[in-house]
Amino acid sequence: MVGIAAWGAYAPRLRLSRKAVTEANAWVAPNLRAKAKGERSMANWDEDALTMAVEAARDALGPDDDRSAVDAVYFASTTAPFVDRQNAGIVAAALTLEKAVASADVTGSQRCGLTALGQALAAVKGGAARRALVAAGEHRRARAASSQELDNGDGAAAFVVTAEGGAARFLGRGSVTDDFVDHFRGADSDFDYGWEERWIRDEGIVKLVPPAIRKALEDSGLNASDVTHFCFPSTFPGMAASLAKTIGIAPEAVRDNLALTLGEAGCAHGPLLLAHALEQAKPGEVVLVAQFGQGAEALVFRVGNEVGNARPARGVTGSLADRKGEDNYLKFLTFNGLVEWDKGMRAEKDNKTALTTLYRNQDMILGLVGGRCRETGVVQFPRTRISVAPNNPGVDTQEPYRFAERKASVLSYSADYLTFSMSPPNHYGMIVFEGGGRIMMDITDVEPGEVDSGLAVRMVFRIKDVDEKRGFVRYFWKAAPDRAAMAGDSALAAE
Amino acid sequence: MAKGIRDKVAILGMGCSKFGERWDAGPDDLMVEAYIEAMADAGIEPSQLDAAWFSTHVDELGTGKGGTPLSIALRLPNIAVTRVENFCASGSEAFRGAVYAVAAGAADIAIAVGVEKLKDTGYGGLPVGNPGTLAPQIIPNGSAPGNFAQLASAYRAKHGVSREDLKRAIAHVSVKSHANGAKNPKAHLRKAVTEEQVLNAPMIAEPLGLFDCCGVSDGAAAAIVTTPEIARAMGKRNLTLVKALQLSVSNGYESQYNGWDGSYFHTARIAAGKAYREAGIERPREQISMMEVHDCFSITELVTMEDLFISPEGQGWRDVLDGFYDADGGLPCQIDGGLKCFGHPIGASGLRMLYEMYLQLQGRAGERQLKDPVFGMTHNLGGAPASNVCSVAIIGQEGA
Repeated sequence: MVGIAAWGAYAPRLRLSRKAVTEANAWVAPNLRAKAKGERSMANWDEDALTMAVEAARDALGPDDDRSAVDAVYFASTTAPFVDRQNAGIVAAALTLEKAVASADVTGSQRCGLTALGQALAAVKGGAARRALVAAGEHRRARAASSQELDNGDGAAAFVVTAEGGAARFLGRGSVTDDFVDHFRGADSDFDYGWEERWIRDEGIVKLVPPAIRKALEDSGLNASDVTHFCFPSTFPGMAASLAKTIGIAPEAVRDNLALTLGEAGCAHGPLLLAHALEQAKPGEVVLVAQFGQGAEALVFRVGNEVGNARPARGVTGSLADRKGEDNYLKFLTFNGLVEWDKGMRAEKDNKTALTTLYRNQDMILGLVGGRCRETGVVQFPRTRISVAPNNPGVDTQEPYRFAERKASVLSYSADYLTFSMSPPNHYGMIVFEGGGRIMMDITDVEPGEVDSGLAVRMVFRIKDVDEKRGFVRYFWKAAPDRAAMAGDSALAAE
Repeated sequence: MAKGIRDKVAILGMGCSKFGERWDAGPDDLMVEAYIEAMADAGIEPSQLDAAWFSTHVDELGTGKGGTPLSIALRLPNIAVTRVENFCASGSEAFRGAVYAVAAGAADIAIAVGVEKLKDTGYGGLPVGNPGTLAPQIIPNGSAPGNFAQLASAYRAKHGVSREDLKRAIAHVSVKSHANGAKNPKAHLRKAVTEEQVLNAPMIAEPLGLFDCCGVSDGAAAAIVTTPEIARAMGKRNLTLVKALQLSVSNGYESQYNGWDGSYFHTARIAAGKAYREAGIERPREQISMMEVHDCFSITELVTMEDLFISPEGQGWRDVLDGFYDADGGLPCQIDGGLKCFGHPIGASGLRMLYEMYLQLQGRAGERQLKDPVFGMTHNLGGAPASNVCSVAIIGQEGA
């Protein structure tokens, strides 16, 4: 039976205090004080929908970097970095998927994450793909002092869909398509334009979502009362419970929508709630996930016996735990391009990217692929015609060698206050890898005082630079503290 | 092994402009200033120059590429001018070209001129360079201090030195250079500073504060070289001779192979070993009278004391704190103020180091004059610890 074989999730580590936002904006929007509860996830300056989707996909695929079995990749987002450059292709390159992989960007609505998952399930069911990867990521911008700024969150989720689908068997799907414009974002607009909330709730969600859910249940041959986990993202308080009541889903099946801990991550939110449900569900239970957006999408799964073995290293559970509180609202505004700040003359350098160079070195830049000498086994980055091995520099002996999933540590570093950085000081240093090889690279997600020689790090796919003049985003890999490894070390030390 | 350069070439004259924030001068003016002094010192006419080497690093600031900027500024008599560039070691590279031309017999008299006009960027620190098309897609968004600062974390990890001890040792490096620079009328920074000031300065790149970084300066320096025979025929006595000229260049070992621990300069050790052999020096700590090293940052100078085999490995910081490298110490280092205070106009720096060693050997260093120096060593580095070029040169008295 077709279904989910593995899943993964990612939420940026920073969690912005809603109180910090509402206090700062109380002078202009005192009504927002009602939303001062909890926190929302906040992408670092070097994260976007795509980088978060890559992290979720890595979580779903696991540490084995042979991903040659993946034959289809779907990237879902309404905030993809490129309108015309296939974003799924960047995901594929970052994950070093085979060139023969089928790929698609799925976009245009808040429910497109579930749409992509539905398409992947259909493709595998129909035999067009054998192992499909779905990654949904979202990094929505909202105007300062808007309620969206408080409601939104940043995050991503990913699924591996196979014919066996041991973690969750796919039972049925229901879709409704209706051009109900609750909000929109034009092709050239940065922000959403939304209509009155009461209308959205009463004429939109209440009328358009239940038919999709009923169709999905019918398709599954189940009754509403069979649902044990009901996932429905909405920023309206009590919306999921109200829908459950209308449809006949038990109130205890309604899941936490993570509004207080992460905020709503757009099209990735339905997928995130599904991932979270799988992390807590028992075999045999029924999970129904639905999301609204110019109609609705609903998917039904029965949790499989393999669900425990398929649990990802991080998932939603790990993402919720790996958090750092952020009270600096100005930092949030700056990271999201909502403040015109003085970056200094050093930021004036031209970030034009040579596309020829990028393509020629694609596996190096996007996939962090270096080389290993066939004769000496010496590993190096980058791959070169003449091997770096000091006593045995073989010529044309290098085979591709992936670094992204290797454990690594800091050999030397500095925290640089002189160079331009979106989040000074810019940390960088020489990173050495277990198994050989080293790369001088940026270090991200750290605070001053946190880095020293010997710090365990893992590789993360991030924005390297933004060419604002031409609208191009450069990606590369950075080192981030391997907090899971450090927690493991301290656990060992405690023993 | 090659016979080497020892005693084959003499310095006939040298010149050096005032270094600093030369708002009044363009690169041409700076070159002329160094050239006129060097020509007067050598006592020759332009028509006696057979060839010139010209070093400048930063293209973006408009000194110009090729040999023409030098030839036009100095109105050279249409002789060969070779422009060289090897990061911050460019000045030593120009000197090497001129010296080798004379040693080869291709030129009787050759001149090396280095210049850099840095203070036309509008901001402090080195200009943000253009690293090409591949590097900016993968290398960290860094700066020179950030790259060199990494020596500190690796040195601490390797030798078990505490943050505080190392910070205090590198502070002393700067205190010493400021004391020396205060006595040098051509130096960019001429104020003495206290250890407390250095320790409490604003952070630039951890652990380097403002006073751990050298001056970013405008300036030019020049050397005129010939054979000892020609120099003597011109009536020169007390010749300063070239004893060794070595250059070692990284090949990716440090940056790509897991052999280097990040706490030292692989190239400096190679260049220093070769230079001592070329000059016939067996006990550098005793035999070298004085040195000018590439103290772009205080931590660079500290580890260099070990890379040049003056201080034992892991003990350089103790020698520094003991005052061994102070003006009145066992081996005075940066007696002219160094890059730290004399300043660092990139293309000129290697020649500026030689200028001070030459003045000292000639007994013309004024207030800074050391007693009876025999060998002066210069160490001129370009690039960053993980990937660099390192020049080590030794000049000395005739017969030494």
